Amino acid sequence: MSQPKTLIDKIWDAHVVREQVGEPSLLYIDLHLVHEVTSPQAFEGLRLSQRSVRRPDLTFATVDHNVPTTDRSKPIEDPISRQQIDTLRNNCQMFGIHLADITSDDQGIVHVIGPELGLTLPGKTIVCGDSHTSTHGAFGALAFGIGTSEVEHVLATQCLQQQRPQTMQVVVRGQLAPGIRAKDLILGIIAKYGTAFGTGYVVEYRGEAIAALSMEERMTICNMSIEAGAKAGLIAPDETTFAYLRGRKYAPQGELFDEAVSLWKTLKTDEDAMFDQTIEFDASTLVPQVTWGTSPGMGANVTDKVPHPSDFADPVVKRSVQLALEYMGLQPGTPITDIAIDRVFIGSCTNGRIEDLRSAADVVKGKKVSERVSAMVVPGSYEVKKQAEREGLHQVFLDAGFEWREPGCSMCLAMNPDVLAPGERCASTSNRNFEGRQGRDGRTHLVSPAMAAAAAIAGHFVDIRTFS
Amino acid sequence: MEAFHTHSGIAAPLSRANIDTDAIIPKQFLKRIERSGFGQFLFYEWRFAQDGTPIVDFILNTAPYDKASILVAGPNFGCGSSREHAPWALLDFGFKAIIAPSFADIFYNNCFKNGIVPIVLPDDQVQTLLELTAAKKGTVLTVDLEQQQVVLPDNTTFSFEVDNYRKMLLMNGLDDIGLSLQHEDRITAYEKNALFARPIA
Repeated sequence: MSQPKTLIDKIWDAHVVREQVGEPSLLYIDLHLVHEVTSPQAFEGLRLSQRSVRRPDLTFATVDHNVPTTDRSKPIEDPISRQQIDTLRNNCQMFGIHLADITSDDQGIVHVIGPELGLTLPGKTIVCGDSHTSTHGAFGALAFGIGTSEVEHVLATQCLQQQRPQTMQVVVRGQLAPGIRAKDLILGIIAKYGTAFGTGYVVEYRGEAIAALSMEERMTICNMSIEAGAKAGLIAPDETTFAYLRGRKYAPQGELFDEAVSLWKTLKTDEDAMFDQTIEFDASTLVPQVTWGTSPGMGANVTDKVPHPSDFADPVVKRSVQLALEYMGLQPGTPITDIAIDRVFIGSCTNGRIEDLRSAADVVKGKKVSERVSAMVVPGSYEVKKQAEREGLHQVFLDAGFEWREPGCSMCLAMNPDVLAPGERCASTSNRNFEGRQGRDGRTHLVSPAMAAAAAIAGHFVDIRTFS
Repeated sequence: MEAFHTHSGIAAPLSRANIDTDAIIPKQFLKRIERSGFGQFLFYEWRFAQDGTPIVDFILNTAPYDKASILVAGPNFGCGSSREHAPWALLDFGFKAIIAPSFADIFYNNCFKNGIVPIVLPDDQVQTLLELTAAKKGTVLTVDLEQQQVVLPDNTTFSFEVDNYRKMLLMNGLDDIGLSLQHEDRITAYEKNALFARPIA
């Protein structure tokens, strides 16, 4: 009998092109997603070395980071953004790569459209020059972010030189209480175990709380694996996964789909397989999470207060907390629900999917955004936008006073015109609360879509469990 | 890529945990399509005020730290975005080595691709270096990649681990794409039986 294996090892082993003692493995890449920001220097590198793209048919590009979320029929005002988008267009044309351009029905945030189009499939190795590539792990794929040099490497060879990662299981026991979402779960795990517990590991999320999650929620969990330092995060595919994928544009169709499902069903960790590390988390006692600092691990329960630097023993951490509170303009001891906000951003590759918008719309319906708040919804893709409009969600948001925008990364990283002004405080469904992330001197609090929606109405953070 | 053997230079302390790549190079500077010229934007929002004037008490704005080529920092350095613009900016500013108790994976990897040595040392040794370089301006450290040592001014040495293959690439300034392409026959053979790859048509 063969040795029991983890899902991570099964996918890894199926992709090793070459192994040699003392060298990294040569790992085959099944899908390479490309966007405008991290690719121009890689294509330029190919041209300088007179190399070609080995497998344009395993490469798919879109524009998402830079694109304006306002009227798309107008030219992009920022000349440097426009140049970067034009550069991607030219590169895709020169090397024969499929591009979901700004006006394409398939356009959207790269980590939203991959799954939506059925490009993301179980068992694949997937890379992109973007750290949130971990999102695709929700389908039982081994998906991770790479730098531009590695983008060039994959374009040229369809492979990467990689050391076999260590494996970690995060076992989530119990079930989430009503009103508590995947975003709360991943923020809770990172608040408890820190922003580096996953460094050097690929993480498999397991346990009954994970199995009960929808695909959208699994994507939120895997998306933020990078915020725990993990190389990748994944979840074994199951009936929820197969049901999501059936009929998707680039997924296998008909009988071929059923054949694929038989293969995908083998993609699970064998009983008795050993992980290099295990951590556990109890989902049943989790309450809504709100970050108060400038690192995703600086989070608290909505029922808590802003901590004091003296709560932390380590001198470097203490100083980081002190700097974070100064930057965030928060006094230690302030109840989280007393923190008033100016802006609300609902969107991003973490929480810009249809289910996220439904969850936010449920909260907003029949209410008005607080006078002190400016709020916007940015769907993760055109497909999400169209689906929301079919369901009338856009009208719910518009009636409440939200802006309803075109798809893109938008204020998650504020490369386009969607930026916080200095000092503005934002309830954001995105993934990073770093200094300056949403605009210089802007203050970001990470929350779930429902919590962001409730904060928009109340003008400050509220506990979604008691909000009416 | 330039080959790296040993390097001696002024070390600058940046005593913070979780220094992310958004801080190293803010997003407004990611729109350029070149690899060069990012040094002027390094740590931009810590180095420059809103109106573009230098913030005088930020360490890299004060002599002799403005000539530093070795950075000493807190744990989980380079976390966040995969942007390779971060090592490009550090390199363009003049940094050849970064010392920290831990690094985020993608950043760590990106350093090697650009000829920067990321050095992991235990907490107490990093603390020693942070204090030493803060107390004595212009402290010169030496990074000896071959011996895998950081040498202090009093000749104390701190040893560090580095993967042998990566060390070999760095010491020879090799292009790893070229090395991978030497195995093209293996890649082609793999593709004939690839189980999960699915051409986009």
